Amino acid sequence: MRAFSYERVSSIEAAARAAAATDGAKFIAGGTNLLDLMKLEIETPTHLVDVNGLGLDRIEATREGGLRIGALVRNTDLAADERVRRDYALLSRALLAGASGQLRNRATTAGNLLQRTRCPYFYDTNQPCNKRQPGSGCSALAGFSRQLAVVGVSDACIASHPSDMAVAMRALDAVVETVRADGTTRSIPMGDLHRLPGDTPHIEHILERGELITAVVLPKPAGGKQIYRKVRDRASYAFALVSVGAVVQPDGTGRVAVGGIAPKPWRDEAAEKELANGAKAVAAMLLAGARPTEQNAFKLTLVERALSAVLVEAKG
Amino acid sequence: MQSPGALEISRRDLLAASAATVTVVSAHSLGHAQTNASTAPQSTKVTFTVNDERRELQLDNRTTLLDALREHLHLTGTKKGCDHGQCGACTVLIEGRRVNACLTLAIMHEGDSITTLEGLGQPENLHPMQAAFVKHDGFQCGYCTPGQICSSVAMLDEIKANIPSHVTVDLTAPAEITPAEIRERMSGNICRCGAYSNIVEAITEVAGRKA
Repeated sequence: MRAFSYERVSSIEAAARAAAATDGAKFIAGGTNLLDLMKLEIETPTHLVDVNGLGLDRIEATREGGLRIGALVRNTDLAADERVRRDYALLSRALLAGASGQLRNRATTAGNLLQRTRCPYFYDTNQPCNKRQPGSGCSALAGFSRQLAVVGVSDACIASHPSDMAVAMRALDAVVETVRADGTTRSIPMGDLHRLPGDTPHIEHILERGELITAVVLPKPAGGKQIYRKVRDRASYAFALVSVGAVVQPDGTGRVAVGGIAPKPWRDEAAEKELANGAKAVAAMLLAGARPTEQNAFKLTLVERALSAVLVEAKG
Repeated sequence: MQSPGALEISRRDLLAASAATVTVVSAHSLGHAQTNASTAPQSTKVTFTVNDERRELQLDNRTTLLDALREHLHLTGTKKGCDHGQCGACTVLIEGRRVNACLTLAIMHEGDSITTLEGLGQPENLHPMQAAFVKHDGFQCGYCTPGQICSSVAMLDEIKANIPSHVTVDLTAPAEITPAEIRERMSGNICRCGAYSNIVEAITEVAGRKA
């Protein structure tokens, strides 16, 4: 691990200012992903701004009938919250499908959204990787790509976004609230937070230097049947090959976001209009323009089948 | 065989490349020194409680909680397995909650109360979970065992606190203690000897005694 300086901050404004003031500074909250990457020197911050003391660890009702989830709410606490279990079961289910008990006790809501890909070539510092070292090439295209993305990819990168929680947040129309270094705030719909790789896969989201996520806001409950189905190589503690997060209403309409197949939670509102016509029709639109490798082409079929299983469960 | 000339050239190229790398690194360091307050401290003082004892340490910022416990406080019951949060051998309790000690910095725990295996029980005064692991042969080599025991003690508290899991059927009903629940909730603790079935039996016995 490279050496770095460290400070604890006690106000949101001070945190954003501190991160913007120092070249190479990063926020640290749970640290479960950042420290892992720092040990491998994939992340090399010069300065860490510890935001754990900011008190952003509450889940509050909003005036609109939704929930404002503090950026520092731990994954365990979010999944166990009574209101989330009752009204946003999809979110509870997605969280509980991810990581281990120990990791969920530390990992935060904001950190979960900003975690990095688990592409094996991103992690292997001996291999070229455009995300880790821009311009060095993509080892995954002709390499081990079973786990990687099939849509939203580019010639520069086929890394997949590893989060389960983010898939649920996308399907639930969550909005990310931030504070910038100059003190201004903004609200970013989940679908706009992450960027597709294009030819700059090292730029993964639209946040500015020093910009801090303060909360994730859920609109009022969507009702319906809420299902998260995750398909993976082990029964527990593994990243998704494919996951489907769905809210299905009694009349058959609904929303669907898919994980494990793209550089961000994958949702296409136009494809959802096909829900009444079955999984095949939805999957065909969701996966339009897919560019799988030989090793991960199975995901195209798997998305359709996982979605089909979700729709059957929704009727039951 | 490669000619000596070719070898010489490739060596020279390699040296030139290395020199270039060094130049880039020092330019970067210089830039950093200019933007950052000349010599920002890279060690920090932290005070926390470990097994009910107050400990004060001045640590290199990079020190994980795991290394602080093992190398600085010589509490070697907590084990280093993968050092990347994948195996669970380093599981300790912070404020009663289980975490991977390898994936958190010691200096992030100012004022926290930490419990390691040594704090749960001692050879002459075993924690019920330790006794159950012995009784049910919940290990072979024993390396993952401290993590398994810390994890399982906190895991039962999580069920008691009605925290659901991936295999909980009804999210609105109280969490139950079943072998399936125990297996799912313990998936962050790997045992390469494969003592899993005995571990589940040990935990089940302790859970039954508690209930």
